[in-house]
Amino acid sequence: MKDFIIPDDRDMGTPAREGAPVTLTIDGFDVTVPEGTSVMRAAAEAGISVPRLCATDSVEAFGSCRLCVVEIEGRRGTPSSCTTPVAPGMVVNTGSSKVRKIRRGVMELYISDHPLDCLTCSANGDCELQDMAGAVGLRDVRYAAPEGGALDNHFEARNTSGDNHRYLPKDESNPYFTYDPSKCIVCSRCVRACEEVQGTFALTIEGRGFDSRVSAGNPFDDFLSSDCVSCGACVQACPTATLQEKSVVELGTPEHSVVTTCAYCGVGCSFKAEMQGDTLVRMVPWKNGKANRGHSCVKGRFAYGYAHHQDRILNPMIRDNITDPWREVSWDEALSFAATRLRGLQEKHGAKSIGVITSSRCTNEETYLVQKLTRAVFGNNNTDTCARVCHSPTGYGLGQTFGTSAGTQDFDSVEHTDVVIVIGANPTDGHPVFASRLKKRLRAGAKLIVIDPRRIDLVKSAHVEAAHHLPLRPGTNVAVVTALAHVIVTEKLYDEDFIRTRCDWEEFQAYAEFVSNPRHSPEMAEELTRVPAAELREAARLFATGGNGAIYYGLGVTEHSQGSTTVMGIANLAMLTGNVGRPGVGVNPLRGQNNVQGSCDMGSFPHELPGYRHVKLPEVRKIFEDAWGVSIDPEPGLRIPNMLDAAVDGTFKGLYCQGEDILQSDPDTKHVAAGLAAMECVIVHDLFLNETANYAHVFLPGSTFLEKDGTFTNAERRINRVRRVMAPRNGYADWEVTQLLANAMGANWTYTHPSQIMDEIAATTPSFAGVTYDLLDEKGSVQWPCNEDHPDGTPLMHVDGFMRGKGRFIVTEYVATDEKTGPRFPLLLTTGRVLSQYNVGAQTRRTANSVWHGEDVLEIHPHDAENRGLNEGDWVKLASRSGETSLRAHVTERVAPGVVYTTFHHPDTQANVVTTDFSDWATNCPEYKVTAVQVSASNGPSEWQEDYAAQAEQARRILPAAE
Amino acid sequence: MTNSPPPAEIADEIAAIIDAHKALEGPLLPILHGLQDAFDHIPQAAGPLICDALNISRAELHGVISFYHDFRDAPAGRHILKICRAEACQAVGGKALAEDTLAKLGLDWHGTTPGGAVTIEPVYCLGLCACAPAAMIDDRVIGRMDSARMQSLLEKVGA
Repeated sequence: MKDFIIPDDRDMGTPAREGAPVTLTIDGFDVTVPEGTSVMRAAAEAGISVPRLCATDSVEAFGSCRLCVVEIEGRRGTPSSCTTPVAPGMVVNTGSSKVRKIRRGVMELYISDHPLDCLTCSANGDCELQDMAGAVGLRDVRYAAPEGGALDNHFEARNTSGDNHRYLPKDESNPYFTYDPSKCIVCSRCVRACEEVQGTFALTIEGRGFDSRVSAGNPFDDFLSSDCVSCGACVQACPTATLQEKSVVELGTPEHSVVTTCAYCGVGCSFKAEMQGDTLVRMVPWKNGKANRGHSCVKGRFAYGYAHHQDRILNPMIRDNITDPWREVSWDEALSFAATRLRGLQEKHGAKSIGVITSSRCTNEETYLVQKLTRAVFGNNNTDTCARVCHSPTGYGLGQTFGTSAGTQDFDSVEHTDVVIVIGANPTDGHPVFASRLKKRLRAGAKLIVIDPRRIDLVKSAHVEAAHHLPLRPGTNVAVVTALAHVIVTEKLYDEDFIRTRCDWEEFQAYAEFVSNPRHSPEMAEELTRVPAAELREAARLFATGGNGAIYYGLGVTEHSQGSTTVMGIANLAMLTGNVGRPGVGVNPLRGQNNVQGSCDMGSFPHELPGYRHVKLPEVRKIFEDAWGVSIDPEPGLRIPNMLDAAVDGTFKGLYCQGEDILQSDPDTKHVAAGLAAMECVIVHDLFLNETANYAHVFLPGSTFLEKDGTFTNAERRINRVRRVMAPRNGYADWEVTQLLANAMGANWTYTHPSQIMDEIAATTPSFAGVTYDLLDEKGSVQWPCNEDHPDGTPLMHVDGFMRGKGRFIVTEYVATDEKTGPRFPLLLTTGRVLSQYNVGAQTRRTANSVWHGEDVLEIHPHDAENRGLNEGDWVKLASRSGETSLRAHVTERVAPGVVYTTFHHPDTQANVVTTDFSDWATNCPEYKVTAVQVSASNGPSEWQEDYAAQAEQARRILPAAE
Repeated sequence: MTNSPPPAEIADEIAAIIDAHKALEGPLLPILHGLQDAFDHIPQAAGPLICDALNISRAELHGVISFYHDFRDAPAGRHILKICRAEACQAVGGKALAEDTLAKLGLDWHGTTPGGAVTIEPVYCLGLCACAPAAMIDDRVIGRMDSARMQSLLEKVGA
């Protein structure tokens, strides 16, 4: 393990403040802190820890425990230091005999209602109540039971007078943590964390006085049935064993920790992996993490159990034909089998007959090596990545308008925003930690505009309500965005100064003329989009005039036949309103996977070398040719859909697919299956026998993010370190496996640590020129570009000017998708995901997260359900022009009439059997979000599903290893 | 609180009460009082409607309702008798009065007489310490309570 000293992450008691400096004296020491800071935090800055129980720096001070009292010269009484703000010249005494006595008395009362089972308590050694009892010098508890009776308490299940009516048993309903009311000191930290940090408001204190207890939801709820989203903020805030991770109950407290980065969504949360030896005890969000600021969601916090799931494959396997069972073999045998086959295919069918798919879940270094494998060893540019099917239009659209293929802000920016447009994204499910930060800002008064066919949680949930929800018909994003621009331009709400100085004025005028045309008015668009024109006008005015305007968008923008056009339309809106280049504004794609930004940066696309430089440019090729000692093909290679088409045509024969399940995640499953089946050497490099592996000839076991060093780049371009906390159970980290395969094909690569790969990336790619592992260890993380001009990275892009020079307005004409509803397929299907599951579910389905989402369901409006005689929970057949599948119906008004919605987390549903192969005009990003479908009653799984399940079972047979 | 929709007319009445107070600053307590006045308790069916109208979570609503002892989840007897249990009243015989009354009625605290005439509740200070022991029947406070006055009061309300 690499040495890494965790910087100071003490609990300072109350949150930090920004303000003019104030100097005061605490226990004889002068301290200078920002105005508004609490006396408690000021003391902590001076190294003095005032005893406390109800204060923690993730939530605002509450002043209920009365342990943190201090004396202040010239003031009466003993104010609580957590709720008392500093004042200039204040003289504070934190340890007078008076406050000592008060604290000891308070502590005595707390302990009189707390069980003294510390030695066998799961929080032993990690309990603030225990620490504070020590800190105040509690030696005796004088409260005794009255004669013949028992002391009133919450912790004895039985006492001398029979059952203790105050005693409540443990609530073990949540799969990851327990709630033990008998240990609760009613400090409200959990309730406040749920409200302030997570923003779900699932917890409360019920009753009053001695009757007070924490309650999840109402009296009929337990934690699982409540609104709780299992983010872990309450568990993190709890000072005792009341809310405790089940893993700690089972294993005990951790002895060391390593800071690393979550491998789920594109938020890229920093975590402390808390360990006992090489056993992971728990993942705890790291408060110095700049993406998450100490918060987490159920996936990163708890859903890591897949690393030790029994389904994980740890030995390489090969087979001659996909109809054979797998044979476990040595690494040498597997690699030489693969190398021989690939070389053989190239000899027979040409150098371009094989390719790779890089993984957006692997590290930058691993992705870089995989694209290098195809460019330097295979000798072609046949590399693509899952960004093809998610955010490739972002890369293209923002590249065209602004000059960089990435979001413009950091996540901290949301704290300064006044009006937020969320379009085609469902942050509370897809990017939960960002959603919590957004909701916090909304509760502080920022306004929200949601553009989404579904009524997502952000439209209305506790204490958050969108000012405008524009429930558009799927597929009409461009019309809506252009109509917004129409209002802003025709009502002269645009920021002329900004446009004149920062953008091309001529282009703006052409654009303004285009959008001013009455056919783009909200009234004309309404017919197409079904968005009420008045509402749209109000939304446009709010965004243009409401202060700092930020746009956050997701796959509901990109995964359309006009995905790239919508991205450009969004960029136009930001430029029109002058919302680029400062905190609180910007265009922010919410990237789906942990390293999808990084995999794009690393040259995963067939036409681009690392750093988004076209492969046709000789000067760029030369950099890599010199570094790698090979010549690089100047012709762009094949995209994923082209690879599959070519495979069906018989010209593409071999594929190395790392950490991705194209069969489940890519559209039109039947076409993908046909393409894979036509190949002669499919190498799947993954943790599990995924759906794609059903068509593979070589299986190379992968390693988890816990088992390797590297970096992930999140949605805000932040390069975060991934640190190895345990040895790879399969024997090799993924970068080592790629290197072994390359060397088996004669490459002679000699990397011994991923830092050497990063050095090569930095040497060849200008936006990464300043990145080294030493810098990342020092800074924690940096946002690219990180180079001579920006040695500490770039939190905000386009501050003084656009990367491409002048911002470019591009005309965004709405063109209806070819996927149209009609009498046979009258409904529109759109797809998405849920909080507890991630992507194809390979990881999360192998954790207890499935208690929240055990199967994909079809959301359908009551009106459409009634027309078809469907009830809640019925099996229904979902059919499109491409295929059909069956799943259960959920009748809900979240979707509009005419629209149905499902997720794609479960392979036995295979929602992508239904989706079509229509795609974005510029980037081939598939049109997942619009499919014309019909829904009808069904008796159970479709014939296709049964055939598929049978084939999968056949394909997954493994012969016992030869002795 | 269950999610099954309330019978239509009750739902309408609940909605009307919510609407009547919704525009107030801090509308939750006025709504709860309004409901209790109308139904003599807070109907379970009101929960989802209040949460939706005020955009609060059901946990928050439960926290508020459970904080105030006066809000009930089921109707009380026709009259509510409260006997003060605070220090001043206890010091001048309040404890004995309370025990005596409970024994007379054969009830424990919060109990209701079998005919539904009276529900008996403890209360902590009615602000009548100067004429303790104090009690309260419905909205009327009574000072210098003793066993005999209690007996006649109970007879008057039909307990």
